[in-house]
Amino acid sequence: MATQASPLDTPRAASPGTAGMPVLHMVIFAGLLVLGLIAPYVLYPVFVMKVLCFALFACAFNLLLGFGGLLSFGHAAYFGGASYVSAHAAKIWGLSPELAILAGTGAAAVLGLAIGSLAIRRQGIYFAMVTLAFAQMVFFFSVQAPFTGGEDGIQSVPRGHLFGLISMAPDRNLYFFVLAVVSIGLLVIYRIIHSPFGQVLKGIRDNEPRMISLGYRTRRYKLAVFVLSAALAGTAGATKAIVFQLASLTDVYWTMSGEVVLMTLLGGMGTVFGPILGAAVIVTMQNYLATFGDWVTIGQGIIFVVAVMLFREGIVGVLARIIKRPL
Amino acid sequence: MSEDIILQASGLTKEFKGFVAVSNVDLTVRRGTIHALIGPNGAGKTTCFNLLTKFLQPTGGVIRYNGQDITAMQPADIARLGLVRSFQISAVFPKMSALENVRIALQRRRGDSFDFWRSEKVLAGLNHEAAALLEDVGLTDFSATLAGELPYGRKRALEIATTLALDPEMLLLDEPMAGMTQEDIDRISSLIRRISANRTIFMVEHNLSVVASLSDRITVLARGEVLAEGDYATVSKDSRVIDAYIGVGHG
Repeated sequence: MATQASPLDTPRAASPGTAGMPVLHMVIFAGLLVLGLIAPYVLYPVFVMKVLCFALFACAFNLLLGFGGLLSFGHAAYFGGASYVSAHAAKIWGLSPELAILAGTGAAAVLGLAIGSLAIRRQGIYFAMVTLAFAQMVFFFSVQAPFTGGEDGIQSVPRGHLFGLISMAPDRNLYFFVLAVVSIGLLVIYRIIHSPFGQVLKGIRDNEPRMISLGYRTRRYKLAVFVLSAALAGTAGATKAIVFQLASLTDVYWTMSGEVVLMTLLGGMGTVFGPILGAAVIVTMQNYLATFGDWVTIGQGIIFVVAVMLFREGIVGVLARIIKRPL
Repeated sequence: MSEDIILQASGLTKEFKGFVAVSNVDLTVRRGTIHALIGPNGAGKTTCFNLLTKFLQPTGGVIRYNGQDITAMQPADIARLGLVRSFQISAVFPKMSALENVRIALQRRRGDSFDFWRSEKVLAGLNHEAAALLEDVGLTDFSATLAGELPYGRKRALEIATTLALDPEMLLLDEPMAGMTQEDIDRISSLIRRISANRTIFMVEHNLSVVASLSDRITVLARGEVLAEGDYATVSKDSRVIDAYIGVGHG
C-alpha cells in the first residue's frame, strides 16, 4: 500500500483540486486580485465595477451551465430581480449596501427555488424554454408592478454607508467594497465546483442516467445548483444596482439572459476563469464602442458566430487545451 | 415467497400507445445465479430490462425485490436497495478520471453530498479503495486518464469497477459484451464470473456463446412474451426458440 500512496496523494494535473487548489489557480487568482487592486487607479472605477459585476454574473451562470450541464435562458430574472430588490431595500427601506445586496441575493435564491423546482423537471431545450418563459413573466411583472417604477426603473438609489459607517459615495470606497463582494463570490463558486457536491454535479453533467443508477437523486442536486447559481447571479445584479444607483428593465430583459450566455461561451464554458474574461471582453466592447450604437450588437453577433465556428471551447478553454491543464 | 428468490416480476406489461412491447412477462431470478435474458431483435429485452430497473414505468404487473414491492419506486431508490444496473452504451463519466469515476460511486457511502462548502479533499480518503477497485479490473495504469479517452473495452471494465464500488447485491447488465473484441469478451467474461461469487447477476446479452458459458438460467423472449426458460441445453433445443431465431432471421 505504501508504494501506491505517493501517486495518489500528489495533486494530478488531469483533475484539479484533489489536494486543494492547484498552484496554477492560486497564481491566477492572485494575479487577478493584483489587477483588481491596480485597476481603479488606471481605469474609470465605475467601468471596472461593471466588469466585476458581470464577471460574477457570468461565473454564476457558468456554475449552472458548465458544471451542472443546465442551460438556463432566463438568468436575467435573478440578476435583474435582485437589482430591483437591492435598489428598493437601499432606497425605500434605507438599508446599508451590504444588507441591500444580501436582500437581493436572498430574493434571487427564493425566485430560483420557485422557478428551478418547476424547470428541472424538463431537460435540454425544454428546460431552456421553461426558464425563458418564467424570466419573461418576471419581466412583465417588473413592467407592471408599482414598486419597480415601470419604464423609469428605480432611480437615484443611495449608495449609503457600509455597515452604516463608511461612506460609499466616493467611487474608490465603493470600488474596494465591490471588489471584495465579487472576490468572495468567485471563491464561493470555486469551492462549490471543487466540493463533494461539485463532484456529483460533474457526474450529472457527464452522464445523468448513470448517476441515477448509482443511487443519486439527481433532481435534488440539479435544484440545489440552480438555486446557488440564481443566488450568486442575484449578488451580481444587487451589487450592480448599488454601483449605478439604478435598477432598470434592461437587467431583467431577455437580452441580458442572452448576453450572459455569450460571455460564458466566449470565455470558455466549464472553465473556472473563462467567464471572467468573457465578461471583460463584452463589457469593454459595449463601453468603448458605445458611440457606434447598434453596431455594437452586430459586433457581438459576429463574435458569437466566430466563437461557435472556430473555438467552441472559448478563449480560456483553448488555452487550457494548449497547456493541457484545467483553467 | 421463497427465501432464495431475489427478483420476481409477475404479469409485467409495457404498452406504448397501442403497441405492446412487453406483454405479461413472468420472471423469477434466484439468488446467487447468473440469469440471462435473450431473444431476437425487437423481442423487448431492453424494454424489459428498463422496466426492471425502473427506468421505464410498467403499465401493468408487479416487481418484487427481496420480497419488497418496488413497482412504484424511483430508479435512484432502487439502486439504494442494492439493485444496480449498467448501460448498453458505455456509462462512464467522460470528463472525469478513471479514479474519479470509481470514487463517485464510493462517495454514495457518505449519504447525500450536498456539502458544497467543503473541499473535495474530504474525498481523498476514498482514493485507496478506488485504486484497489481499478486494480481489480486491470486499470491501475489508467487511474489518472480521463474516462472518455479510454479504449472501449477498458471503459466497460471501468464501468464494472464503478458498479462494484457500490457493492451491490444484484447487478443488471445490459449487453455487457456489445461491440467488444474477442479479447475483451474473454476478459469481461472472467470478470463477470468472478464477481458473481457472492452476487446475483441478471443480464441481457446477444452473444450466445457468452450466454452459454456464463449463465445458470436463461429466459428467452420473443415479441414481448416469454418463449422458453431453462438452462442453455434446454432452451437451445426448444423448437420454438429455434423458430424464433431463424424465423426472424437473426444474425
